[in-house]
Amino acid sequence: MPPLPAKRPQASFSVWLGVVPFFAFAMVFLILPTLHVVLGAFTRPDGGVTGDNLAGLLAGTILSALWVSLRISLWTAFLGCIAGLLVAGAITHGGLPRGIRDSITTFSGVASNFAGVPLAFAFIATLGRLGFITVLARDWLGINIYATGFNLTSFSGLTLAYLYFQIPLMVLIITPALEGLRTEWREAAESLGASGPQYWRMVALPVLWPSLLGAFALLFANAFGAVATAMALTGSALSILPIILFAQIRGDVLQDPHLGYAIAFAMIVLTGLSNLIYIRLRVRSERWQK
Amino acid sequence: MIGKRFWSWTIFALAALYFLLPLVGMLEFSLRARRGAYSLDAYRNVLNDAQFHQTLGYSLILSMSTVVLGLLIVAPTAFWVQLKIPRIRPLVEFITLLPLVIPPIVIAFGYIRLYNTSSVLPLTGSARGTDLLLTAGYATLSLPYMYRAIDTGLRAIDIRTLTEAAQSLGAGWMTVLTRVVLPNISVAILSGSFLTFAIVIGEYVLAALLDRPAFGPYMVWMGSNRAYEPAALAVISFGLTWAAMAAIQFLARRGHHSVKV
Amino acid sequence: MPFIEMTALKKSFGSTQVVRDFELSLGKGEFVSLLGPSGCGKTTVLRMVAGFETPDVGDIRIEGESVLRHRASQRHIGMVFQSYALFPNLTVAENVAFGLKVARAAVAETRHRVDEMLEMVGLGAMRDRYPYQLSGGQQQRVALARAIAPRPRVLLLDEPLSALDAKIRAALRSEIRTIQRQLGITTLFVTHDQEEALSMSDRIVVMNGGKAEQIGPPEAIYNRPGTRFVAEFIGSLNVIEGQIVAGDSTHLVFSGGRLDLLPNFAGLAGQSVAVAIRPQSLRFCAEEQALMRGVVRNIEFLGAFSRVHVSCGSANLLVDGFARDLSTNVTVGSPIGLTVRSDEILHLFDNK
Repeated sequence: MPPLPAKRPQASFSVWLGVVPFFAFAMVFLILPTLHVVLGAFTRPDGGVTGDNLAGLLAGTILSALWVSLRISLWTAFLGCIAGLLVAGAITHGGLPRGIRDSITTFSGVASNFAGVPLAFAFIATLGRLGFITVLARDWLGINIYATGFNLTSFSGLTLAYLYFQIPLMVLIITPALEGLRTEWREAAESLGASGPQYWRMVALPVLWPSLLGAFALLFANAFGAVATAMALTGSALSILPIILFAQIRGDVLQDPHLGYAIAFAMIVLTGLSNLIYIRLRVRSERWQK
Repeated sequence: MIGKRFWSWTIFALAALYFLLPLVGMLEFSLRARRGAYSLDAYRNVLNDAQFHQTLGYSLILSMSTVVLGLLIVAPTAFWVQLKIPRIRPLVEFITLLPLVIPPIVIAFGYIRLYNTSSVLPLTGSARGTDLLLTAGYATLSLPYMYRAIDTGLRAIDIRTLTEAAQSLGAGWMTVLTRVVLPNISVAILSGSFLTFAIVIGEYVLAALLDRPAFGPYMVWMGSNRAYEPAALAVISFGLTWAAMAAIQFLARRGHHSVKV
Repeated sequence: MPFIEMTALKKSFGSTQVVRDFELSLGKGEFVSLLGPSGCGKTTVLRMVAGFETPDVGDIRIEGESVLRHRASQRHIGMVFQSYALFPNLTVAENVAFGLKVARAAVAETRHRVDEMLEMVGLGAMRDRYPYQLSGGQQQRVALARAIAPRPRVLLLDEPLSALDAKIRAALRSEIRTIQRQLGITTLFVTHDQEEALSMSDRIVVMNGGKAEQIGPPEAIYNRPGTRFVAEFIGSLNVIEGQIVAGDSTHLVFSGGRLDLLPNFAGLAGQSVAVAIRPQSLRFCAEEQALMRGVVRNIEFLGAFSRVHVSCGSANLLVDGFARDLSTNVTVGSPIGLTVRSDEILHLFDNK
């Protein structure tokens, strides 16, 4: 866009007035509340500066909740990446008919937004103790899936439910990257004597790598910040970090308000970092795909 | 070649199984309320529940106010930034992306601590104040989607040239906005609005922490007190999400400019 | 025995037949161009040789052996694409080394070969750059080096110059030809640009509707187009359509006058026929003694010569002449006579 022609000097002030509402809104409802939480993480109840709150994260229930949260986020991000990549690969390079492709994209848009409470209900209705599949497996196949160690309110159940929004999100963000893999690259590699696996190892995967890592980071953040699905699914049976924070905000269960700030701060740092990684890597992969 | 097709269909079939089974399960479960026979009892119970109407109505009103507030904040800003001060666009874009980085629960936490009864801006002191705070919170959560939809819409039509053309023909600012800009980005605005609607209608964390009688907390309450009604609620909620998304798809295809959201 | 031999090739996509009854043989070291408008099937022929498409009917032999049962990766064929298709994640040197690495060549040999190739295309200094840091012309040079590095038996060039701007295109044109001659590599070149084909090739195949319309060396294609399509596609030839009248001598009669023809046209008396005349074969003469009469419409000064547009009956003719040869009475709007030697009139056939 060309630079604006120089205007009369006094005009510049009124030009800035136009964006005041936006910045005021962002300040009051986004930046100040976040800053308050961040600062709270570093202050004592009496107002002094301290690092104790953060140290408190590394003990007892909070540490184990942090650990469960990390594990579930990494695990669902990993599985979501693989499964999403396979689905996206099938619709971009797998020779599926156009109609299937469009319906998968549309469905992914819906499913990636179908998180939270209703999703949990859908899984309870399907895989809960009286769920559709549980009953089917018991009556028709004679299998009690709960005897195999599976439990919807445990780690495995939560993983299964999270994948329901993780995979579609992966499909949505990785499809453009896969479309960017040009047929000519494959043909050039082939004419130079490369086999299919050699092409994937030497060209396709390295080209996709930034997009894949970036998508992983985004999926991680997506899972880490999710609360409603886990709460509706497990109640408080499985304690992950956001659930602890939720309980803390509601009733100060930790009996130390500033520990709440520290948890919130940790969450910002983790999701913020992974989003940063995502944005950096996306810039890099876009450079390649010119 | 045949091998590739085969694997694609296999992957598709497995994915379809994983994604459709919970929907089937949810539907089947919601019909099981009467012992030994499929019935619509669960839906009847839900629809006859006064709380269902109250909370859904509350959330509907809330989502509409959110859309209005979000549009009032985002549309003029996106327009103005693109037309007059394009150099601050990266900053505006960064701010609109922040709600994706900061988990909603953290934002809610900040609200409760910052705007409680003993603060300068005691919004949580009254029901109306809390409603306002909740609306603002939802508008914040929807910033990334709303901004991106409208910004893309504006960019697709070269707003600067259009505005200058209108002004050179003697149009004032109001005319430019209402006769030139808005009609051209109406598809983008509607897409952003439906997405916001889909996010707000079943939201749980913010509503629960601010303790307002919204649809999300109602669903959770049903979940811990009833057996079959939650599945019916999930079906209804899924239907609402689908409707909003289908509306976006429809608009994107029908509109002159395809809008990515 | 020809080095590459294509016999009776046919290929359809869905219900459209894109290549039909295509036959072509290339000698070792020959540079042959496939020339034609888009959709004429030239790229499909190239891709069948490369192994990216399989012909429905027919055979492709290289050194006497059919390659159809080999995959593209087993054919030892180098290919250069219109869009360069450099691997974006690899440096220039790594791109050039790709084919050698895949073939598990020794590290020292690979290094030596890469240096040699980059030297050849004049990009030795760019070896550690990434493709996105290079201009289009540089990228296409790298692509050429990459295709040649594993010493392929055949080089296929798929419109390699179309994406470049005019100046670089001309420079790269002669560069490709020089390298090809040096290495003596058999080359098949696809283009829609007749100037490229004419300036680079040993032989040209003009293609139309999936078939070869005419095969021959550039001067034959240019000077003696066999069919009306070839004459019109190569352009800059005057095509005149008229009736053959045979008596003491044979003439072609058309709206702008008549042409004296060689006696071998006599057998076509009474038929409607198209002939072609090169712009430089037409001469101006005094109007009263001319067989063809017209009016000068426009004069284009083109440096070494001038091109005069003459409307002659319903035909618009181009006449090329050196500026000093154009008499002063050739001015826009003036009536003028035209003449041509009978042996410079080419008979055009309609290829069905």
